Amino acid sequence: MSTTGPDLVRINHVTKTFHRGAEDIHVLSSLDLTVAKGEFLALMGPSGSGKSTLLNLIGGLDRPTEGSVEIGGERIDRLSERDLAAWRARHIGFVFQFYNLMPVLNAERNVELPLLLTNLSKRQRREHAENALKVVGLSHRLKHYPRTLSGGEQQRVGIARAIATDPTLLLCDEPTGDLDRKSGDEILTLLQTLNREQGKTIIMVTHDPHASARATRTVHLDKGQLAANAPTD
Amino acid sequence: MKYLGLIWSNLKRHKLRTALTISSIFVAFLLFGFLFAFKEAFNSGVRMADADRLIVRHRVSLIQTLPVSYGPRIISIPGVASVTHMTWFGGIYQDPKNMFASFPVEQGSFFDLYPELTLPAAERAHWSKTRSGAIIGRSLAEKFSWKTGDIIPLTSPIYGEPSNQAAWDLEICGIFDTTKKGGDTSALYFRYDYFDEARPRGKGEVGWFTVRVANASEADAVAAKIDETFANSPYETKAEPEGAFAAGFAQQIGDIGKILIAVLSAVFFTILLVAGNTMNQSVSERTGEIGVLKAMGFTGPLVLVLVLVESCLIALTGGLGGLGSAWGMLTLKNPIASVLPVFYVPESALLLGSVLALALGLISGALPAWHALRIRTADALRRNG
Ligand SMILES: Nc1ncnc2c1ncn2[C@@H]1O[C@H](COP(=O)(O)OP(=O)(O)OP(=O)(O)O)[C@@H](O)[C@H]1O
Ligand SMILES: [Mg+2]
Repeated sequence: MSTTGPDLVRINHVTKTFHRGAEDIHVLSSLDLTVAKGEFLALMGPSGSGKSTLLNLIGGLDRPTEGSVEIGGERIDRLSERDLAAWRARHIGFVFQFYNLMPVLNAERNVELPLLLTNLSKRQRREHAENALKVVGLSHRLKHYPRTLSGGEQQRVGIARAIATDPTLLLCDEPTGDLDRKSGDEILTLLQTLNREQGKTIIMVTHDPHASARATRTVHLDKGQLAANAPTD
Repeated sequence: MKYLGLIWSNLKRHKLRTALTISSIFVAFLLFGFLFAFKEAFNSGVRMADADRLIVRHRVSLIQTLPVSYGPRIISIPGVASVTHMTWFGGIYQDPKNMFASFPVEQGSFFDLYPELTLPAAERAHWSKTRSGAIIGRSLAEKFSWKTGDIIPLTSPIYGEPSNQAAWDLEICGIFDTTKKGGDTSALYFRYDYFDEARPRGKGEVGWFTVRVANASEADAVAAKIDETFANSPYETKAEPEGAFAAGFAQQIGDIGKILIAVLSAVFFTILLVAGNTMNQSVSERTGEIGVLKAMGFTGPLVLVLVLVESCLIALTGGLGGLGSAWGMLTLKNPIASVLPVFYVPESALLLGSVLALALGLISGALPAWHALRIRTADALRRNG
């Protein structure tokens, strides 16, 4: 079992309302959540309940309508766009359901992308990228383009890209949502390993109880609020 | 720059599409170059005209002649500084397709009226001593590889040949240049005294007079005075500023030119729109990817620069390539020198073309990029899913 440390994510009374035309869509209402360093949190809930919205708030892709989002002691809801971009580059690794790799770049170059924003030299970037691909078990696929890789392999590249900069927090939005059971299990094992052996803090959105079983904690989102142990999913 | 690899990869994304886009922009700007060469060609006569030069011709038409005796009468009109005359000779060298501009001129006053034509003093002196001598422009000399001392036999369908001779054997006494940029040096001038004595018909007639007025602001008044002087004579005149005369001269090919320019313009803008649309589309398709880059921490301005460098590379490669080719083709060799002696891509057009190519790159890249950036990152990713 991984050891958990002090609070890394602190979400206080967060409300998120979208406006579509004249209509207000209340997605999150006065939501509180804390995630400790070293946790592997599964975020579950019915479709449209706001899981992605919450993940985007934590990742600094969106801002709350009300309330505060504090990560590593920093109020990211108060950062300017520019500072927020720099903050994301340093602290956040995103993993997407549909991998979202650049089709024009091979695996190694895809993983190198976020490293372009650092001060590393070209050689260091290549080393970091190769390392990350080694961690996800794709050392033999460095020069392969996304279209020549299986879904599971593409998601591994996606994870390698997310961890290449050694971010504080790994945010995964249904990382196994598009994979068959076997590939999905491999991805989950990989995330679990990253959490246990490298102490990565991970927040993972999922629909799948199988997936949430691998996490150290599960929370359920429904009607804009969180419940620690939801009834049935 | 470490992002070049990324830009390069994006250019290679659809190699065929990128190649086709660059090619069509290339063709568009090649046309653009020719378009401005045509415009320049049609306007050059007018632009080369001097404000203080009048042309006096037969009132009915250019091809009707005037008596040479009008010369002394014109010079006596107040406000006239100097006068000379010219006649369209229509000289042919060997083959009718080798017709070029050739005129018998009055040697004494010719250079007073056309100071922009420069001829070395020794050659000028030689010409004044050679009765059957001629001077030719630099571009004509180059076209036929003629040099000083050559005797060239010309025939004229208008005036015929001297009696007992198969042709007008003219000795080249000198080669002139012009001090005006884009000026025409494709003509041959020979002596009127020799011409008038030897021609079998039309003795004493000249094509038109060129008049310099003492004061350019009085040009219109002097022109009216000249026409008045010869009113009700068998040879009524029409005096007009040289620019108007040149414009009328260009009218014959000018109408074809206008159609040509209209068609070229339409084709140019069509190609530009199509190419711009393709570039626009290729960026729009990447809204999701732009969202991913932003999620990774790429700032909006950085993404914008990456997209703009890419679209400007495409536009400038095609645009400058096309402009350069048009310029090179016409500079190396004017393919239609006998029809349009002045035919080159003016520098202003090269500059305007480069600016247009850059604008094409900026606009076709910036519009979709700006749109993609305005979409919140979360929504861009949502679209992608
Ligand atoms: N930009 C937006 N504008 C308007 N409504 C939005 C916007 N983003 C999300 N929503 C709405 O907010 C609600 C929550 O969306 P969200 O994507 O967070 O749900 P989710 O829990 O991730 O669902 P799923 O499991 O289907 O991915 C939905 O009703 C959605 O339509
Ligand atoms: Mg979602």
